[in-house]
Amino acid sequence: MTPTRKKRLLIVLAIVGGMGVAAALILTAFEKNLMYFYSPSEVAAGAAPHERKFRVGGLVVNGSVKRVPDSLTIEFAITDTAHEMTVAYTGILPDLFREGQGIVAHGQTRPDGIFEASEVLAKHDENYMPPEVASALADAKAGAMQANPQ
Amino acid sequence: MIPEIGQFILALALAVTCVQATLPIVGAIRGYDNWMALAKPAARIQFLLVLTAFAILVHAFVTNDFSVAYVAQNSNSALPTAYRVSAVWGAHEGSLLLWVLILCGWTVAVTVFDKELPRSFAALVVSVMGIVSVGFLSFMLFTSNPFARLLPAAGDGGDLNPLLQDPGLIIHPPMLYIGYVGTSVAFGFAIAALIQGRITAQAARWIRPWAIGSWIFLTIGIALGSWWAYYELGWGGWWFWDPVENASFMPWLLGTALIHSLAVTEKRGAFKNWTILLALATFALSLLGTFLVRSGVLTSVHAFATDPGRGVFVLVLLGTVIGGSFILYAWRGPSTFAGGSYEPVSREIFLLLNSALLAVATATVLLGTLYPLVLEALGLGKISVGPPYFNVVFSAVMLPLIALMGFGQFSRWKSDSFKRLVTQVKYAFVAALGIAIVAIALLGGDKIVSAGIGIGFGAWIMVTIVAGIFERCRNREHPWYALFHLPRAFVGQCVAHLGFASTVIGVVVTSYYTIDLHQKLAPGERATIANYEFHFTDLSSFDGPNYKVTEATFEIFQDGQLVEVLKPQKRLYLVRNMPMTEAGIAPGFTRDLYVALGEPLPDGAWSVRMHFKPFIRWIWLGAILMALGGFIAIFDPRLRSPSTVRREATATAHTSSD
Repeated sequence: MTPTRKKRLLIVLAIVGGMGVAAALILTAFEKNLMYFYSPSEVAAGAAPHERKFRVGGLVVNGSVKRVPDSLTIEFAITDTAHEMTVAYTGILPDLFREGQGIVAHGQTRPDGIFEASEVLAKHDENYMPPEVASALADAKAGAMQANPQ
Repeated sequence: MIPEIGQFILALALAVTCVQATLPIVGAIRGYDNWMALAKPAARIQFLLVLTAFAILVHAFVTNDFSVAYVAQNSNSALPTAYRVSAVWGAHEGSLLLWVLILCGWTVAVTVFDKELPRSFAALVVSVMGIVSVGFLSFMLFTSNPFARLLPAAGDGGDLNPLLQDPGLIIHPPMLYIGYVGTSVAFGFAIAALIQGRITAQAARWIRPWAIGSWIFLTIGIALGSWWAYYELGWGGWWFWDPVENASFMPWLLGTALIHSLAVTEKRGAFKNWTILLALATFALSLLGTFLVRSGVLTSVHAFATDPGRGVFVLVLLGTVIGGSFILYAWRGPSTFAGGSYEPVSREIFLLLNSALLAVATATVLLGTLYPLVLEALGLGKISVGPPYFNVVFSAVMLPLIALMGFGQFSRWKSDSFKRLVTQVKYAFVAALGIAIVAIALLGGDKIVSAGIGIGFGAWIMVTIVAGIFERCRNREHPWYALFHLPRAFVGQCVAHLGFASTVIGVVVTSYYTIDLHQKLAPGERATIANYEFHFTDLSSFDGPNYKVTEATFEIFQDGQLVEVLKPQKRLYLVRNMPMTEAGIAPGFTRDLYVALGEPLPDGAWSVRMHFKPFIRWIWLGAILMALGGFIAIFDPRLRSPSTVRREATATAHTSSD
């Protein structure tokens, strides 16, 4: 092998090796940061992970919003019409957070079963329904129809 | 009656564009002069027609013609006039019309600045841009007609989304669109070069100003969007890795790679196929971005299903333009990396690595943006990719890029050696290290290693720029004269890189040293952040033009001195019954203070969001410098014509010999 060829081979190997390492790192980071979405029914059925963060979504149940006095902690229930679950959040809620509104929350389930949200999202449009929430509602409805066929 | 005329004019424009998109191409290939000559007048007539249609839509908005469905959905008689105009591009149909108008504008610009281009080449470019325009005009006419009537007419309109009722949003979309659509010029040039089978250094010289031009607008557009999100969304974030942002960021990244690769092709004739590929891919990502944002795919994959006409049209259009151009590339593209010889250590290689890293960065953003959409479309589950993925991966790609930037600054064309480069940068390296250590000593914090690395890398860019300028001038006979007569392209490069450094430092310092405080406060109470005391003094209510306001007054004290008074607002927009947060911001070169009202609590207090954001202005200042650098480089006479340069060179020679 001539020196030039050897040099070229080394460069090619370095590039291929570098790309491999980069791809592995990227895919690891990707896998670690994927957040799955679960509807309240799926959470009730125990399908959601316990060790990992995930997203839930549903309609804020009317009359369920409770403030913990002298703090910014708030507790509320969300529903996909079939099941409800309790969400706790400390901080400032988005402008369009209201009872009856569709919201999405990121967070983790606490040992006591309450979902501790690190972020609550409500889109900036009163007609907007987060797509995940819309499909969770549709699924719950379809489930109910199957359960009591008329 | 007038809206129908608008629709008719659009149909007419489509007819003219069909001529522009076909005959000149055939003419250029077959050598029919009179067929090629059609390109220029067709492009100009198309521009005038689309401009007229646009003016008609603006007229419908300004005069509150709620018999037009699009106006009824996106405007309201109580809306201030300026926002009625910007409401034109506030939703899907109108922004498509703006898109086409800008495309026509760029095409006309090509017909104006075509003095250097061979006739057949210019005709091809205009014609290829015509093909894109045919796609968009038909998309608009067949699926998204902005002039569609609403019968019976609405009594009043549904109003513009209050979030968009903001001065920043009047100019942000047009800037972004000028950038997006501008990438079609480089695309047209690349396709024309592929058709003619002559990809030369000369072609790269023609493309460069256009590529830089669209990149400037993209830079400004993205920065405006980030700045708007910061002050309007009311929680102090400036970048969210939201799919909409990513859609604009991907063509920017690849456009940056294109500019750098073009420099090599122009100067050394190397990497021709890579440059052409970048030009095609940049435009492909612009198209993808437009559709991600505008087709409704992002708000929901199901939007595709609810309006299958639009969705299918989008896919076919994307497939045709992207697929067609890549097939042409495979068929006609240069088959080897031939052209220009260079050693493994040379400026060529540094620039190649730079564009390759930028392409990798683009790919990681693309993966994070599209993967959830694909998965959901295939019914495999609903996922989202969190910002940490983008932060980690993106920084991992940026660090080697920045490290190489410093070396690239000194590297020589064709052949260089590591040894020489290391001698060149060693002082710069020590200086950057010193700056990082001093900065960390001053700022402290609990993540000093990461913050120090970030600041050090930013400083590294700055220091190598200064050292590079010094290196360029010190061996000249008249160093000071040389300093003030640096080539403009080089000055532009330095300014743009300085801007990048500023953005890097801004991002790093803001990310690591921001202080957030969410607290319950009643009028008369105080809160402390860093060494600032936020004093909630007053609360008042009044009416705006189409909203009701609750305004708080915050006096901010530093060491007992009153330094700022902020008046954050909570607005209720009446038409959509939608609350909006208007943050109170005290901007500064080294720090911003930020107050936003959350919500009223039962006992008269409010939840209040307070931020101390150091160096955040550096992020946007950097974008301004990058755009400025591009602007300076565009006006380098060497980019315009070799003949001008020769004339100027002779003129300089005369003056210096005098």
